[in-house]
Amino acid sequence: MNITVTVNGNQVAAEVADRTLLAHFLRERLNLTATKIGCDTSSCGACTVLLDGQSVKSCTVLAAQADGREVTTIEGLASGPDELHPVQQAFRAEHGLQCGFCTPGMVMAAVSLLAENSAPTEDDVRSALEGNLCRCTGYHNIVRAVLAAAGDGVTQ
Amino acid sequence: MSILGTRVVRTEDPRLLTVGGTYVDDVRVPELQTAARVTFVRSPIAHALITGIDVAQARQAPGVVAVLTVADIDDLAPPPPPGEGPPADGGGEAAPLPLGGPWSEPLLAVDRVRYVGEPVAIVISEDSYSGADAAELVSVDYEPLPAVVTIEDALANETRLFPDATSNVAVESGAPAQAGAFADCEVVVERTIMNQRLAPMPMEGRAVAARWADEKLTVWVSTQNAQISRFILAGVFGLDPASIRVVAPDVGGGFGAKIGIDRDGLIVAWAAKHTGRALRWAETRSENLVGMTHGRDQRHVIKIGGSRDGRIQAYRLDVVQNAGAFPRMGGFLPFLTKLMAAGPYDIKHVEAASREVVTNTTPINAYRGAGRPEATAAIERAVDLFAAAIGLDPAEVRRINLLTSDQFPYQSPSGPVYDSGDYVSALDKVLAAAGYQELRAEQARRREREDAVQLGLGLSSYVEITAADADAGETGRLDVHGDGTATVYTGSSAHGQGHHTTWAMLVESELGIPMADVTVVHGDTDLIPLGVGTHASRSLQLGGVAVQRAAWEVKDQARLVAAEMLEASESDLELDTGRGLWQVRGDPGAAKSWAEVATHAGPDGLTASVNHTEGQPTFPFGSHLAVVEVDTDTGKARLIRHVTVDDAGTIVSPAQAEGQRHGGIAQGVAQALLEEMVYDRQGNPQTATLADYAAISAAELPSFELLASETPTTINPLGAKGIGEAGTIGATPAVQNAVVDAVSHLGVRHIDMPATPSRVWAAINGAREGR
Repeated sequence: MNITVTVNGNQVAAEVADRTLLAHFLRERLNLTATKIGCDTSSCGACTVLLDGQSVKSCTVLAAQADGREVTTIEGLASGPDELHPVQQAFRAEHGLQCGFCTPGMVMAAVSLLAENSAPTEDDVRSALEGNLCRCTGYHNIVRAVLAAAGDGVTQ
Repeated sequence: MSILGTRVVRTEDPRLLTVGGTYVDDVRVPELQTAARVTFVRSPIAHALITGIDVAQARQAPGVVAVLTVADIDDLAPPPPPGEGPPADGGGEAAPLPLGGPWSEPLLAVDRVRYVGEPVAIVISEDSYSGADAAELVSVDYEPLPAVVTIEDALANETRLFPDATSNVAVESGAPAQAGAFADCEVVVERTIMNQRLAPMPMEGRAVAARWADEKLTVWVSTQNAQISRFILAGVFGLDPASIRVVAPDVGGGFGAKIGIDRDGLIVAWAAKHTGRALRWAETRSENLVGMTHGRDQRHVIKIGGSRDGRIQAYRLDVVQNAGAFPRMGGFLPFLTKLMAAGPYDIKHVEAASREVVTNTTPINAYRGAGRPEATAAIERAVDLFAAAIGLDPAEVRRINLLTSDQFPYQSPSGPVYDSGDYVSALDKVLAAAGYQELRAEQARRREREDAVQLGLGLSSYVEITAADADAGETGRLDVHGDGTATVYTGSSAHGQGHHTTWAMLVESELGIPMADVTVVHGDTDLIPLGVGTHASRSLQLGGVAVQRAAWEVKDQARLVAAEMLEASESDLELDTGRGLWQVRGDPGAAKSWAEVATHAGPDGLTASVNHTEGQPTFPFGSHLAVVEVDTDTGKARLIRHVTVDDAGTIVSPAQAEGQRHGGIAQGVAQALLEEMVYDRQGNPQTATLADYAAISAAELPSFELLASETPTTINPLGAKGIGEAGTIGATPAVQNAVVDAVSHLGVRHIDMPATPSRVWAAINGAREGR
């Protein structure tokens, strides 16, 4: 089928097989490889992107479902190539990443959380990130990064 | 002031945070532009003879390029026939299958399968969707055999996995029980405990891309060691290593399960060479949980004896390692367990023995700690059982028996020489910071009130071994260029450990070239042919010191050049590392920059290469206190505090050292409370997706309370020990002990890991009913 999707502000028209997952569409067709695939049961959150501003696991969304909608991946988060979004900045400042594989999904989930709750508690952050697994950091510095970003007034 | 020991932000991060880095499946290079996809056909059955494989229908499916089975492997030396091949033949040290002979592991299954997930065939297709469809069309006829699943099944020897081996016991070694060893002990406690099977589960599973062109094999692989991978590939394919290039791009975690390149990766590389088509493979998580090696899975019989006043006099550990279907690690994991059996205690008599058995389960390999968490779990449970038997506080029993700081270097009765330590201080710091006495008082109040939610305090004191393969060393090369920047080439291969940052810190500290001007290169055998890689908590103390020594050599060269430029005696020259300038002592006005010195040295600038080896490993140590709440109605245990000292000698990069501890602790907590790879009686994995395997999340963990402690080692010039695995080694038994402690007043003495609600509930009710 033919779809038209706005990805990181750019309108993209493509013909895709019906069963194409959004994660594969982003990675294989658009070469936006920051969005990772870490499982096949919607459990790990590595593929988290924003769909019309809401976080979704792109391995569980068909590309067809994104037709006519806006997708934001971590590649589209910062305002310029040498800029970091405040959540990205906070992950760096708080050492919130090690191997980096969960990071794009984790950052997008955090952005989504802060859009919904601009002043989360530690418990709020931990429960909001429950669907995003990290094997390196023990979540300690990820939680600190999200709280730091919230403290800096990040709401989008 | 040196940059070492200060908190810096990582140089790796901007790339990872903006474009998500470049992991194997992200590599977009011209050589892979037309790459086809590999899909594995894996055994769905634990133990069976293969009586036929029909690939005809799959070959006709849309998008399929080829379907390959073992019958197509006509361009490699065949695996040695059962019983005839000499041990470890087929590539010498490079053989991926350490035991060989009757235990040989083929690339693709030959006439039988031995675990669910074993590779039987591969489909090569234009995209992953058509590959998945075609794999369904491969028809394999299996004739089921009885499955050997547990250690008990294996030891029964009723069904043998390897018909030409005489039993399921692949390796047996260690000390027989010495008569009378426990004769002088007033109290002896003996218990069988399980250290369960875990999935390493790096966020990035295994991934390989491969291309054979112009008589050269190029393999991109998610690995902890590009150079070891090349060595293995050369052995398997009988190729000159110079005709193989291995690239490890960004790697999404390894935890020991990505040391080298394993069977599945070799199959992809072989298929690329066999078909002449560039290939890609990135496993799914469901494949990963059965196809990537697992960790742990040891059964321990622990026996501990001592006096009623708390002195431990004798300890024996009997290990049975479930090695899975192929004994890939040989006797190595139990070897490390036995080596560290005595723990941090002064025990006069220590014995350990081990057997390694094969079963119809996924092969076992290293997983964060690799044999040492098992050793620590065994003795830390034993110490708590002993403390309970004599009615002393576990903290007191530890204090009585810990080695004291005047005993180093210490010859352990288990074999190694511990280099340095201050074990009692580590324990006391943790107890003081946690408020141990107040916590005990709170526990007493809850017990008095018979609260539903009880408090448990769990201790673990540990010593572990890092850079156990110190004599294998690590390579480092440092170039200083004419523009004053520097490039480091390291054989150590980061996959989250932040070598790019730490190695640049070392260069800045030694030479005064700012971190921002230092590029670190790793994981490409064309650029770095020799190296060992990142495992066994070895990187900083071997790879880091190699860079440090290369900097010293560059400094020696630069001194000669600068002396010539400044027309001064070498002995009058000094390097101002604050400014990165060479100057005549007392005359900072006339100074030469690194750019000037490197330019003057010649068109290639300055360069030095070092292969740094050490004669001895190092022995980090620490203490952990876990505080858990256990709901006695439901059995649910929750970690509410975790306080630790993890002393790894001199800390070079504090933020990253803490990060290693955080991650290690979380994996320890996960083993203690949640994670287990479960098989049913027929050898079917029950936890083969992330919907079933209980990987720990942020919601199940508290923030951790880390205490600082640095006792430098004299083994290397940095004074550094390893920190990658300490958190896991310390945390696992601390949390397990805490859960047992929470319900010990009800009569519970032991709960096997993971301490799930059902297990804890059963233990409570068993104790109440006097079982």
